[in-house]
Amino acid sequence: MTSLVIAEHDNASIKGATLNTVTAAAACGGEVHVLVAGHNAGAAAEAAGRIAGVAKVIHADAAYFEHGLAENVAAQVLALAGDYSHILFPATASGKNIAPRVAAKLDVAQVSDITRVDGPDTFERPIYAGNAMAVVQSGDSVKVITVRTTGFDAAAASGGSATVQKVDAAPENGKSRFVGQEIAKSDRPELTAAKVIVSGGRALGSSEKFNEVMTPLADKLGAALGASRAAVDAGYAPNDWQVGQTGKIVAPQLYVACGISGAIQHLAGMKDSKVIVAINKDPEAPIFSVADYGLEADLFQAVPELTAKL
Amino acid sequence: MKVLVPVKRVVDYNVKVRVKSDQTGVDIANVKMSMNPFDEIAVEEAVRLKEKGAVTEVIAVSCGVTACQETLRTAMAIGADRAILVETSEELQPLAVAKLLKALVDKEQPQLVILGKQAIDDDCNQTGQMLAALCDVPQATFASKIEVADGKARVTREVDGGLETLEVSLPAVVTTDLRLNEPRYVTLPNIMKAKKKQLDVLKPEDLGVDVAPRLKTLKVTEPPKRGAGIKVPDVATLVDKLRNEAKVI
Repeated sequence: MTSLVIAEHDNASIKGATLNTVTAAAACGGEVHVLVAGHNAGAAAEAAGRIAGVAKVIHADAAYFEHGLAENVAAQVLALAGDYSHILFPATASGKNIAPRVAAKLDVAQVSDITRVDGPDTFERPIYAGNAMAVVQSGDSVKVITVRTTGFDAAAASGGSATVQKVDAAPENGKSRFVGQEIAKSDRPELTAAKVIVSGGRALGSSEKFNEVMTPLADKLGAALGASRAAVDAGYAPNDWQVGQTGKIVAPQLYVACGISGAIQHLAGMKDSKVIVAINKDPEAPIFSVADYGLEADLFQAVPELTAKL
Repeated sequence: MKVLVPVKRVVDYNVKVRVKSDQTGVDIANVKMSMNPFDEIAVEEAVRLKEKGAVTEVIAVSCGVTACQETLRTAMAIGADRAILVETSEELQPLAVAKLLKALVDKEQPQLVILGKQAIDDDCNQTGQMLAALCDVPQATFASKIEVADGKARVTREVDGGLETLEVSLPAVVTTDLRLNEPRYVTLPNIMKAKKKQLDVLKPEDLGVDVAPRLKTLKVTEPPKRGAGIKVPDVATLVDKLRNEAKVI
Protein backbone atom coordinates (compact mmCIF):
# COMPACT_ATOMS: atom_id res chain seq x y z
CA MET A 1 0.00 0.00 0.00
CA THR A 2 1.57 3.25 -1.16
CA SER A 3 0.13 6.74 -1.56
CA LEU A 4 0.92 9.25 -4.27
CA VAL A 5 0.51 12.93 -3.45
CA ILE A 6 0.27 15.31 -6.39
CA ALA A 7 2.29 18.34 -5.33
CA GLU A 8 0.94 21.82 -5.86
CA HIS A 9 3.86 24.02 -6.78
CA ASP A 10 4.86 27.05 -8.82
CA ASN A 11 7.89 25.28 -10.35
CA ALA A 12 10.21 26.97 -7.83
CA SER A 13 8.68 26.03 -4.51
CA ILE A 14 6.08 23.73 -3.02
CA LYS A 15 2.79 25.32 -1.97
CA GLY A 16 1.58 24.91 1.60
CA ALA A 17 -1.48 22.85 0.66
CA THR A 18 0.86 20.01 -0.36
CA LEU A 19 2.08 19.69 3.24
CA ASN A 20 -1.42 19.09 4.62
CA THR A 21 -2.05 16.57 1.86
CA VAL A 22 1.11 14.63 2.83
CA THR A 23 -0.26 14.35 6.39
CA ALA A 24 -3.55 12.95 5.05
CA ALA A 25 -1.63 10.51 2.83
CA ALA A 26 0.40 9.27 5.79
CA ALA A 27 -2.87 8.66 7.67
CA CYS A 28 -3.96 6.29 4.87
CA GLY A 29 -1.03 4.03 5.85
CA GLY A 30 1.99 2.92 3.87
CA GLU A 31 4.71 4.92 2.14
CA VAL A 32 4.11 8.42 0.79
CA HIS A 33 5.46 9.41 -2.61
CA VAL A 34 5.12 12.88 -4.12
CA LEU A 35 4.76 13.69 -7.80
CA VAL A 36 6.17 16.99 -9.02
CA ALA A 37 5.11 17.51 -12.63
CA GLY A 38 6.39 20.84 -13.85
CA HIS A 39 8.73 22.76 -16.08
CA ASN A 40 12.23 23.45 -14.75
CA ALA A 41 10.83 22.44 -11.41
CA GLY A 42 14.01 20.90 -9.97
CA ALA A 43 13.90 23.26 -6.99
CA ALA A 44 10.31 22.29 -6.23
CA ALA A 45 11.19 18.59 -6.47
CA GLU A 46 14.08 19.06 -4.03
CA ALA A 47 11.81 20.95 -1.65
CA ALA A 48 9.30 18.08 -1.87
CA GLY A 49 12.09 15.68 -0.89
CA ARG A 50 12.69 17.62 2.32
CA ILE A 51 9.09 17.24 3.54
CA ALA A 52 9.03 15.02 6.61
CA GLY A 53 7.43 11.65 5.94
CA VAL A 54 7.97 11.58 2.19
CA ALA A 55 9.77 8.42 1.00
CA LYS A 56 10.24 9.28 -2.66
CA VAL A 57 9.76 12.18 -5.04
CA ILE A 58 8.88 11.54 -8.66
CA HIS A 59 9.86 14.38 -10.91
CA ALA A 60 8.47 14.72 -14.43
CA ASP A 61 9.69 17.68 -16.44
CA ALA A 62 8.18 19.02 -19.65
CA ALA A 63 7.39 22.49 -20.99
CA TYR A 64 3.70 21.59 -21.22
CA PHE A 65 3.50 20.99 -17.46
CA GLU A 66 4.39 24.62 -16.74
CA HIS A 67 0.84 25.83 -16.10
CA GLY A 68 -0.55 22.57 -14.76
CA LEU A 69 -3.15 21.97 -17.49
CA ALA A 70 -5.52 19.23 -16.34
CA GLU A 71 -5.22 17.11 -19.50
CA ASN A 72 -1.43 16.88 -19.32
CA VAL A 73 -1.02 16.46 -15.57
CA ALA A 74 -3.80 13.83 -15.45
CA ALA A 75 -1.98 11.85 -18.16
CA GLN A 76 1.20 11.93 -16.06
CA VAL A 77 -0.63 10.73 -12.96
CA LEU A 78 -2.30 7.94 -14.95
CA ALA A 79 1.09 6.78 -16.23
CA LEU A 80 2.11 6.18 -12.60
CA ALA A 81 -1.23 5.16 -11.11
CA GLY A 82 -0.65 1.40 -11.39
CA ASP A 83 1.76 1.41 -8.44
CA TYR A 84 -0.48 3.15 -5.95
CA SER A 85 -3.41 2.36 -3.67
CA HIS A 86 -4.17 6.01 -2.90
CA ILE A 87 -3.79 9.11 -5.08
CA LEU A 88 -4.26 12.35 -3.20
CA PHE A 89 -4.57 15.94 -4.36
CA PRO A 90 -5.00 19.05 -2.24
CA ALA A 91 -8.57 20.36 -2.62
CA THR A 92 -7.37 23.56 -4.26
CA ALA A 93 -8.51 24.95 -7.62
CA SER A 94 -5.78 22.89 -9.26
CA GLY A 95 -6.40 19.64 -7.38
CA LYS A 96 -10.16 19.82 -7.91
CA ASN A 97 -9.55 20.40 -11.59
CA ILE A 98 -7.35 17.35 -12.14
CA ALA A 99 -8.41 14.67 -9.63
CA PRO A 100 -11.82 13.76 -11.15
CA ARG A 101 -10.18 13.43 -14.56
CA VAL A 102 -7.81 10.85 -13.12
CA ALA A 103 -10.59 9.03 -11.27
CA ALA A 104 -12.83 8.75 -14.33
CA LYS A 105 -9.99 7.35 -16.45
CA LEU A 106 -9.31 4.76 -13.76
CA ASP A 107 -13.07 4.07 -13.55
CA VAL A 108 -13.16 4.74 -9.81
CA ALA A 109 -15.26 7.09 -7.70
CA GLN A 110 -13.45 10.14 -6.34
CA VAL A 111 -13.77 11.24 -2.74
CA SER A 112 -13.87 15.04 -2.55
CA ASP A 113 -12.64 17.32 0.17
CA ILE A 114 -11.98 14.78 2.93
CA THR A 115 -11.60 16.17 6.45
CA ARG A 116 -10.59 12.94 8.22
CA VAL A 117 -9.16 9.54 7.41
CA ASP A 118 -10.96 6.81 9.38
CA GLY A 119 -9.17 3.93 7.67
CA PRO A 120 -7.48 3.09 4.39
CA ASP A 121 -10.87 3.02 2.62
CA THR A 122 -13.05 5.14 4.93
CA PHE A 123 -13.12 8.91 4.93
CA GLU A 124 -15.16 11.74 6.37
CA ARG A 125 -16.29 14.63 4.20
CA PRO A 126 -18.69 17.54 4.61
CA ILE A 127 -21.84 17.75 2.47
CA TYR A 128 -24.60 20.38 2.14
CA ALA A 129 -22.24 23.31 2.71
CA GLY A 130 -20.82 21.69 5.81
CA ASN A 131 -24.23 21.24 7.46
CA ALA A 132 -23.71 17.49 7.57
CA MET A 133 -20.68 15.22 7.74
CA ALA A 134 -20.73 12.00 5.73
CA VAL A 135 -18.52 8.99 6.40
CA VAL A 136 -18.00 7.16 3.12
CA GLN A 137 -16.34 3.89 2.24
CA SER A 138 -14.73 3.27 -1.12
CA GLY A 139 -14.70 -0.23 -2.56
CA ASP A 140 -12.51 0.78 -5.48
CA SER A 141 -9.01 -0.62 -5.89
CA VAL A 142 -7.47 2.85 -6.12
CA LYS A 143 -8.72 5.67 -3.94
CA VAL A 144 -8.59 9.04 -5.68
CA ILE A 145 -9.02 11.75 -3.07
CA THR A 146 -8.93 15.51 -2.66
CA VAL A 147 -7.92 16.71 0.79
CA ARG A 148 -9.43 19.70 2.55
CA THR A 149 -6.26 21.32 3.82
CA THR A 150 -7.84 22.83 6.93
CA GLY A 151 -8.76 19.31 8.06
CA PHE A 152 -5.13 18.18 8.45
CA ASP A 153 -2.01 19.64 10.05
CA ALA A 154 0.83 20.59 7.73
CA ALA A 155 3.72 18.12 7.54
CA ALA A 156 7.08 19.68 8.45
CA ALA A 157 8.66 21.23 5.35
CA SER A 158 12.11 20.05 6.44
CA GLY A 159 13.64 16.99 8.03
CA GLY A 160 12.91 14.59 5.21
CA SER A 161 15.53 13.19 2.87
CA ALA A 162 13.63 11.50 0.08
CA THR A 163 15.32 10.51 -3.14
CA VAL A 164 14.24 12.33 -6.27
CA GLN A 165 13.57 10.02 -9.17
CA LYS A 166 13.25 11.49 -12.65
CA VAL A 167 10.67 9.91 -14.93
CA ASP A 168 9.81 10.46 -18.57
CA ALA A 169 7.03 12.92 -19.11
CA ALA A 170 3.73 11.57 -20.41
CA PRO A 171 3.01 12.83 -23.94
CA GLU A 172 1.30 16.17 -24.42
CA ASN A 173 -2.46 16.16 -24.94
CA GLY A 174 -2.45 19.26 -27.15
CA LYS A 175 -6.16 20.02 -26.98
CA SER A 176 -5.83 22.90 -24.56
CA ARG A 177 -3.48 25.84 -24.39
CA PHE A 178 -2.58 28.31 -21.65
CA VAL A 179 -3.18 31.86 -22.84
CA GLY A 180 -2.44 34.06 -19.85
CA GLN A 181 -3.17 34.85 -16.25
CA GLU A 182 -3.90 37.73 -13.95
CA ILE A 183 -2.61 36.90 -10.52
CA ALA A 184 -3.46 39.43 -7.83
CA LYS A 185 -0.24 40.64 -6.19
CA SER A 186 -0.27 40.73 -2.44
CA ASP A 187 2.24 41.01 0.38
CA ARG A 188 -0.26 39.58 2.79
CA PRO A 189 -0.29 36.00 4.02
CA GLU A 190 -2.11 33.59 1.73
CA LEU A 191 -5.80 33.42 2.69
CA THR A 192 -5.98 29.66 3.18
CA ALA A 193 -2.80 29.55 5.27
CA ALA A 194 -3.24 32.74 7.34
CA LYS A 195 -3.35 32.58 11.13
CA VAL A 196 -5.61 35.62 11.26
CA ILE A 197 -8.22 36.68 8.70
CA VAL A 198 -10.27 39.85 8.68
CA SER A 199 -13.22 39.64 6.38
CA GLY A 200 -15.64 42.26 5.11
CA GLY A 201 -19.16 42.07 3.76
CA ARG A 202 -21.70 44.08 1.85
CA ALA A 203 -22.10 46.57 4.71
CA LEU A 204 -18.78 48.19 3.71
CA GLY A 205 -20.58 49.82 0.79
CA SER A 206 -17.71 50.38 -1.66
CA SER A 207 -14.25 49.18 -2.51
CA GLU A 208 -12.79 52.48 -1.23
CA LYS A 209 -14.45 51.97 2.14
CA PHE A 210 -13.33 48.34 2.13
CA ASN A 211 -9.72 49.42 1.73
CA GLU A 212 -10.02 52.34 4.10
CA VAL A 213 -11.60 50.38 6.94
CA MET A 214 -10.37 46.79 6.55
CA THR A 215 -6.78 47.21 5.34
CA PRO A 216 -5.43 49.01 8.45
CA LEU A 217 -6.95 46.32 10.68
CA ALA A 218 -5.41 43.57 8.56
CA ASP A 219 -2.04 45.38 8.65
CA LYS A 220 -2.19 45.69 12.45
CA LEU A 221 -2.94 41.99 12.88
CA GLY A 222 -0.68 40.73 10.08
CA ALA A 223 -3.85 39.19 8.71
CA ALA A 224 -5.09 38.08 5.32
CA LEU A 225 -8.13 39.84 3.91
CA GLY A 226 -11.27 37.90 3.07
CA ALA A 227 -14.72 38.82 1.87
CA SER A 228 -18.25 37.52 1.63
CA ARG A 229 -19.79 36.71 -1.74
CA ALA A 230 -21.95 39.84 -1.48
CA ALA A 231 -18.84 42.02 -1.17
CA VAL A 232 -17.13 40.24 -4.06
CA ASP A 233 -20.17 40.38 -6.35
CA ALA A 234 -20.55 44.10 -5.61
CA GLY A 235 -16.93 44.59 -6.64
CA TYR A 236 -15.64 45.68 -3.22
CA ALA A 237 -13.04 42.91 -3.15
CA PRO A 238 -11.41 40.59 -5.71
CA ASN A 239 -12.94 37.15 -6.43
CA ASP A 240 -10.16 35.14 -4.88
CA TRP A 241 -10.83 36.70 -1.47
CA GLN A 242 -14.20 35.03 -1.28
CA VAL A 243 -14.64 32.81 1.76
CA GLY A 244 -17.42 30.24 1.68
CA GLN A 245 -18.84 27.06 0.17
CA THR A 246 -17.88 28.13 -3.32
CA GLY A 247 -14.84 30.20 -2.43
CA LYS A 248 -11.98 29.40 -0.06
CA ILE A 249 -12.38 27.21 2.99
CA VAL A 250 -10.38 28.66 5.87
CA ALA A 251 -9.75 27.77 9.51
CA PRO A 252 -7.49 30.41 11.03
CA GLN A 253 -6.80 31.01 14.72
CA LEU A 254 -8.84 34.22 14.54
CA TYR A 255 -11.53 35.19 12.03
CA VAL A 256 -12.96 38.69 12.28
CA ALA A 257 -16.21 39.09 10.29
CA CYS A 258 -17.14 42.73 9.75
CA GLY A 259 -20.51 43.60 8.26
CA ILE A 260 -21.17 39.97 7.24
CA SER A 261 -24.63 38.62 8.04
CA GLY A 262 -23.50 34.99 8.09
CA ALA A 263 -25.41 33.16 5.34
CA ILE A 264 -25.12 29.34 5.32
CA GLN A 265 -22.81 29.55 2.32
CA HIS A 266 -20.38 31.90 4.08
CA LEU A 267 -20.38 29.95 7.34
CA ALA A 268 -19.44 26.83 5.35
CA GLY A 269 -16.10 28.46 4.61
CA MET A 270 -15.08 29.69 8.07
CA LYS A 271 -16.94 27.93 10.87
CA ASP A 272 -13.95 25.78 11.76
CA SER A 273 -11.96 28.87 12.75
CA LYS A 274 -10.67 28.67 16.31
CA VAL A 275 -12.01 32.03 17.46
CA ILE A 276 -14.66 33.96 15.55
CA VAL A 277 -15.34 37.63 16.17
CA ALA A 278 -18.39 39.28 14.60
CA ILE A 279 -18.92 43.00 14.28
CA ASN A 280 -22.39 43.77 12.98
CA LYS A 281 -25.05 46.30 13.77
CA ASP A 282 -27.94 43.88 13.23
CA PRO A 283 -28.47 41.98 16.52
CA GLU A 284 -30.38 39.28 14.61
CA ALA A 285 -27.56 38.54 12.13
CA PRO A 286 -26.95 34.76 12.00
CA ILE A 287 -23.19 35.35 12.28
CA PHE A 288 -23.71 35.94 16.03
CA SER A 289 -24.80 32.32 16.44
CA VAL A 290 -21.29 31.08 15.59
CA ALA A 291 -19.25 34.00 16.95
CA ASP A 292 -17.26 33.52 20.14
CA TYR A 293 -17.25 37.28 20.64
CA GLY A 294 -19.95 39.41 19.10
CA LEU A 295 -19.94 43.18 19.06
CA GLU A 296 -23.18 44.84 18.08
CA ALA A 297 -21.94 48.09 16.58
CA ASP A 298 -21.52 50.12 13.42
CA LEU A 299 -18.39 48.77 11.79
CA PHE A 300 -17.36 52.19 10.50
CA GLN A 301 -16.82 53.24 14.13
CA ALA A 302 -15.92 49.92 15.72
CA VAL A 303 -13.29 48.73 13.23
CA PRO A 304 -11.12 51.89 13.30
CA GLU A 305 -11.44 51.92 17.09
CA LEU A 306 -10.37 48.28 17.21
CA THR A 307 -7.42 49.04 14.91
CA ALA A 308 -6.36 51.90 17.18
CA LYS A 309 -6.54 49.78 20.34
CA LEU A 310 -4.40 46.93 19.05
CA MET B 1 -23.57 23.95 -33.02
CA LYS B 2 -25.36 22.11 -30.24
CA VAL B 3 -24.81 22.68 -26.53
CA LEU B 4 -25.73 20.16 -23.86
CA VAL B 5 -26.47 21.53 -20.39
CA PRO B 6 -26.80 19.04 -17.52
CA VAL B 7 -28.91 20.35 -14.62
CA LYS B 8 -29.46 18.89 -11.16
CA ARG B 9 -32.44 19.09 -8.85
CA VAL B 10 -31.17 19.88 -5.35
CA VAL B 11 -32.43 21.13 -1.99
CA ASP B 12 -32.95 24.89 -2.38
CA TYR B 13 -29.88 26.82 -1.31
CA ASN B 14 -31.81 28.75 1.35
CA VAL B 15 -32.91 25.63 3.19
CA LYS B 16 -30.95 24.64 6.28
CA VAL B 17 -30.93 20.87 6.06
CA ARG B 18 -31.30 18.53 9.01
CA VAL B 19 -29.54 15.25 9.52
CA LYS B 20 -31.90 12.30 10.08
CA SER B 21 -31.86 10.94 13.61
CA ASP B 22 -30.91 7.44 12.40
CA GLN B 23 -27.80 8.94 10.71
CA THR B 24 -28.63 7.47 7.30
CA GLY B 25 -28.69 10.79 5.52
CA VAL B 26 -30.20 14.22 5.34
CA ASP B 27 -33.94 14.72 5.65
CA ILE B 28 -35.12 16.01 2.30
CA ALA B 29 -38.77 14.97 2.56
CA ASN B 30 -41.01 18.03 2.18
CA VAL B 31 -38.19 20.54 1.71
CA LYS B 32 -38.12 22.96 -1.19
CA MET B 33 -36.15 21.73 -4.20
CA SER B 34 -34.75 23.91 -6.99
CA MET B 35 -32.26 23.88 -9.81
CA ASN B 36 -28.65 23.84 -8.55
CA PRO B 37 -27.54 27.52 -8.70
CA PHE B 38 -24.43 26.77 -10.78
CA ASP B 39 -26.58 24.93 -13.32
CA GLU B 40 -28.84 27.95 -13.71
CA ILE B 41 -25.72 29.89 -14.64
CA ALA B 42 -24.83 27.14 -17.14
CA VAL B 43 -28.26 27.26 -18.80
CA GLU B 44 -28.13 31.06 -18.92
CA GLU B 45 -24.71 30.97 -20.60
CA ALA B 46 -25.85 28.44 -23.20
CA VAL B 47 -28.92 30.55 -23.98
CA ARG B 48 -26.78 33.70 -24.26
CA LEU B 49 -24.47 31.92 -26.71
CA LYS B 50 -27.55 31.01 -28.72
CA GLU B 51 -28.78 34.60 -28.64
CA LYS B 52 -25.39 35.71 -29.94
CA GLY B 53 -25.72 33.28 -32.84
CA ALA B 54 -22.82 31.06 -31.79
CA VAL B 55 -25.12 28.16 -30.92
CA THR B 56 -28.11 26.68 -32.74
CA GLU B 57 -29.63 24.35 -30.17
CA VAL B 58 -29.53 24.07 -26.37
CA ILE B 59 -30.46 20.71 -24.86
CA ALA B 60 -31.02 20.46 -21.10
CA VAL B 61 -30.41 17.09 -19.43
CA SER B 62 -31.15 15.85 -15.95
CA CYS B 63 -30.61 12.48 -14.29
CA GLY B 64 -32.72 11.31 -11.38
CA VAL B 65 -36.28 10.91 -10.18
CA THR B 66 -39.42 11.85 -12.15
CA ALA B 67 -39.63 15.21 -10.35
CA CYS B 68 -36.48 16.32 -12.20
CA GLN B 69 -38.87 17.12 -15.04
CA GLU B 70 -39.70 20.34 -13.17
CA THR B 71 -36.03 21.30 -13.22
CA LEU B 72 -35.91 20.63 -16.96
CA ARG B 73 -39.05 22.73 -17.50
CA THR B 74 -37.28 25.57 -15.68
CA ALA B 75 -34.28 25.18 -17.98
CA MET B 76 -36.59 25.33 -21.00
CA ALA B 77 -38.32 28.42 -19.56
CA ILE B 78 -34.89 30.11 -19.41
CA GLY B 79 -34.45 29.23 -23.08
CA ALA B 80 -33.31 25.63 -23.60
CA ASP B 81 -34.90 24.18 -26.76
CA ARG B 82 -35.62 20.67 -25.56
CA ALA B 83 -34.82 18.36 -22.68
CA ILE B 84 -33.86 14.80 -21.85
CA LEU B 85 -34.49 13.11 -18.51
CA VAL B 86 -32.60 9.97 -17.62
CA GLU B 87 -35.03 8.60 -15.09
CA THR B 88 -33.95 6.43 -12.19
CA SER B 89 -34.77 6.23 -8.50
CA GLU B 90 -31.26 4.94 -7.71
CA GLU B 91 -28.81 7.15 -5.83
CA LEU B 92 -26.59 8.69 -8.51
CA GLN B 93 -22.96 9.53 -7.86
CA PRO B 94 -20.82 11.77 -10.11
CA LEU B 95 -19.12 8.89 -11.95
CA ALA B 96 -22.50 7.36 -12.86
CA VAL B 97 -23.84 10.73 -14.02
CA ALA B 98 -20.70 11.33 -16.07
CA LYS B 99 -21.21 7.94 -17.76
CA LEU B 100 -24.87 8.70 -18.51
CA LEU B 101 -23.87 12.08 -19.93
CA LYS B 102 -21.11 10.46 -21.99
CA ALA B 103 -23.72 8.19 -23.58
CA LEU B 104 -25.87 11.21 -24.39
CA VAL B 105 -22.88 13.10 -25.80
CA ASP B 106 -22.21 10.15 -28.12
CA LYS B 107 -25.82 10.28 -29.23
CA GLU B 108 -26.34 14.03 -29.59
CA GLN B 109 -22.78 15.04 -30.59
CA PRO B 110 -22.77 18.50 -28.95
CA GLN B 111 -19.70 20.71 -29.47
CA LEU B 112 -19.92 22.07 -25.98
CA VAL B 113 -21.18 20.72 -22.66
CA ILE B 114 -21.68 23.36 -19.97
CA LEU B 115 -22.14 22.14 -16.39
CA GLY B 116 -22.15 23.86 -13.02
CA LYS B 117 -18.85 23.62 -11.16
CA GLN B 118 -20.44 21.77 -8.25
CA ALA B 119 -23.80 20.76 -6.86
CA ILE B 120 -24.63 22.35 -3.53
CA ASP B 121 -25.88 19.08 -2.03
CA ASP B 122 -22.98 16.64 -2.38
CA ASP B 123 -20.42 19.45 -2.93
CA CYS B 124 -18.38 17.05 -5.10
CA ASN B 125 -17.12 19.22 -7.97
CA GLN B 126 -16.37 16.17 -10.16
CA THR B 127 -18.95 15.51 -12.86
CA GLY B 128 -17.70 17.96 -15.52
CA GLN B 129 -14.10 16.84 -15.21
CA MET B 130 -15.15 13.17 -15.27
CA LEU B 131 -17.26 13.72 -18.37
CA ALA B 132 -14.34 15.44 -20.13
CA ALA B 133 -12.10 12.50 -19.26
CA LEU B 134 -14.61 9.87 -20.46
CA CYS B 135 -15.16 11.73 -23.75
CA ASP B 136 -11.43 12.42 -24.02
CA VAL B 137 -12.03 16.11 -24.68
CA PRO B 138 -10.40 19.14 -23.02
CA GLN B 139 -11.95 20.83 -20.01
CA ALA B 140 -12.18 24.37 -18.73
CA THR B 141 -13.45 24.41 -15.16
CA PHE B 142 -14.62 27.30 -12.94
CA ALA B 143 -15.31 29.56 -15.91
CA SER B 144 -16.03 33.25 -15.39
CA LYS B 145 -15.98 34.12 -19.10
CA ILE B 146 -16.57 32.03 -22.26
CA GLU B 147 -15.94 33.08 -25.87
CA VAL B 148 -16.58 30.62 -28.69
CA ALA B 149 -15.10 31.08 -32.19
CA ASP B 150 -13.45 29.08 -34.96
CA GLY B 151 -13.80 25.65 -33.38
CA LYS B 152 -12.24 26.85 -30.15
CA ALA B 153 -13.42 28.17 -26.81
CA ARG B 154 -11.46 30.80 -24.93
CA VAL B 155 -12.30 30.51 -21.26
CA THR B 156 -11.27 32.64 -18.30
CA ARG B 157 -11.11 30.56 -15.14
CA GLU B 158 -11.21 31.50 -11.49
CA VAL B 159 -8.16 29.98 -9.84
CA ASP B 160 -6.53 30.46 -6.44
CA GLY B 161 -4.83 33.84 -6.54
CA GLY B 162 -6.64 35.29 -9.55
CA LEU B 163 -7.72 34.46 -13.08
CA GLU B 164 -6.32 32.24 -15.81
CA THR B 165 -7.26 32.11 -19.49
CA LEU B 166 -7.19 28.89 -21.51
CA GLU B 167 -7.98 28.05 -25.08
CA VAL B 168 -9.54 24.63 -25.66
CA SER B 169 -10.39 22.99 -28.95
CA LEU B 170 -14.03 21.95 -29.43
CA PRO B 171 -15.68 19.69 -28.53
CA ALA B 172 -15.02 20.59 -24.90
CA VAL B 173 -16.52 20.58 -21.43
CA VAL B 174 -16.86 23.82 -19.46
CA THR B 175 -18.00 24.19 -15.85
CA THR B 176 -19.40 27.48 -14.56
CA ASP B 177 -18.35 29.61 -11.63
CA LEU B 178 -20.63 32.07 -9.87
CA ARG B 179 -19.44 35.14 -11.69
CA LEU B 180 -19.97 33.90 -15.23
CA ASN B 181 -23.36 35.61 -15.49
CA GLU B 182 -26.53 36.64 -13.70
CA PRO B 183 -29.27 34.12 -14.64
CA ARG B 184 -32.48 35.74 -15.87
CA TYR B 185 -35.81 35.42 -14.13
CA VAL B 186 -38.19 33.16 -15.94
CA THR B 187 -41.36 34.92 -17.06
CA LEU B 188 -44.84 33.47 -16.97
CA PRO B 189 -45.25 33.37 -20.79
CA ASN B 190 -41.95 31.49 -21.03
CA ILE B 191 -43.04 29.03 -18.35
CA MET B 192 -46.18 28.38 -20.40
CA LYS B 193 -44.17 27.95 -23.60
CA ALA B 194 -41.75 25.58 -21.85
CA LYS B 195 -44.64 23.22 -21.13
CA LYS B 196 -45.00 22.62 -24.87
CA LYS B 197 -41.34 21.91 -25.54
CA GLN B 198 -40.11 18.38 -26.14
CA LEU B 199 -39.01 16.35 -23.09
CA ASP B 200 -37.75 12.83 -23.77
CA VAL B 201 -37.48 10.31 -20.96
CA LEU B 202 -34.87 7.53 -21.03
CA LYS B 203 -33.70 4.92 -18.56
CA PRO B 204 -30.06 4.21 -17.68
CA GLU B 205 -30.53 0.76 -19.25
CA ASP B 206 -31.44 2.39 -22.58
CA LEU B 207 -28.01 4.00 -22.50
CA GLY B 208 -26.30 0.83 -21.34
CA VAL B 209 -24.91 2.42 -18.18
CA ASP B 210 -24.55 0.76 -14.79
CA VAL B 211 -25.36 3.44 -12.22
CA ALA B 212 -24.76 1.44 -9.04
CA PRO B 213 -23.13 3.67 -6.40
CA ARG B 214 -19.40 3.09 -5.90
CA LEU B 215 -19.04 4.90 -2.61
CA LYS B 216 -20.97 3.59 0.34
CA THR B 217 -22.23 6.15 2.85
CA LEU B 218 -21.73 4.58 6.28
CA LYS B 219 -23.31 7.40 8.25
CA VAL B 220 -24.21 11.05 8.15
CA THR B 221 -23.87 13.13 11.29
CA GLU B 222 -24.33 16.69 12.46
CA PRO B 223 -21.15 18.73 12.35
CA PRO B 224 -19.71 19.57 15.79
CA LYS B 225 -21.59 22.46 17.35
CA ARG B 226 -19.72 25.56 18.39
CA GLY B 227 -20.03 26.54 22.04
CA ALA B 228 -22.24 29.55 22.62
CA GLY B 229 -20.37 32.78 22.38
CA ILE B 230 -20.85 36.02 24.24
CA LYS B 231 -21.69 39.54 23.21
CA VAL B 232 -19.26 42.20 24.32
CA PRO B 233 -20.43 45.73 25.05
CA ASP B 234 -17.56 47.68 23.46
CA VAL B 235 -14.30 47.51 21.56
CA ALA B 236 -12.15 47.76 24.70
CA THR B 237 -13.76 44.64 26.16
CA LEU B 238 -13.35 42.84 22.84
CA VAL B 239 -9.62 43.61 22.73
CA ASP B 240 -9.25 42.55 26.35
CA LYS B 241 -11.04 39.23 25.72
CA LEU B 242 -8.99 38.48 22.63
CA ARG B 243 -5.75 39.23 24.47
CA ASN B 244 -6.38 37.63 27.82
CA GLU B 245 -9.12 35.06 27.38
CA ALA B 246 -8.73 33.68 23.85
CA LYS B 247 -5.04 34.65 23.64
CA VAL B 248 -5.14 34.98 19.86
CA ILE B 249 -3.59 38.44 19.49
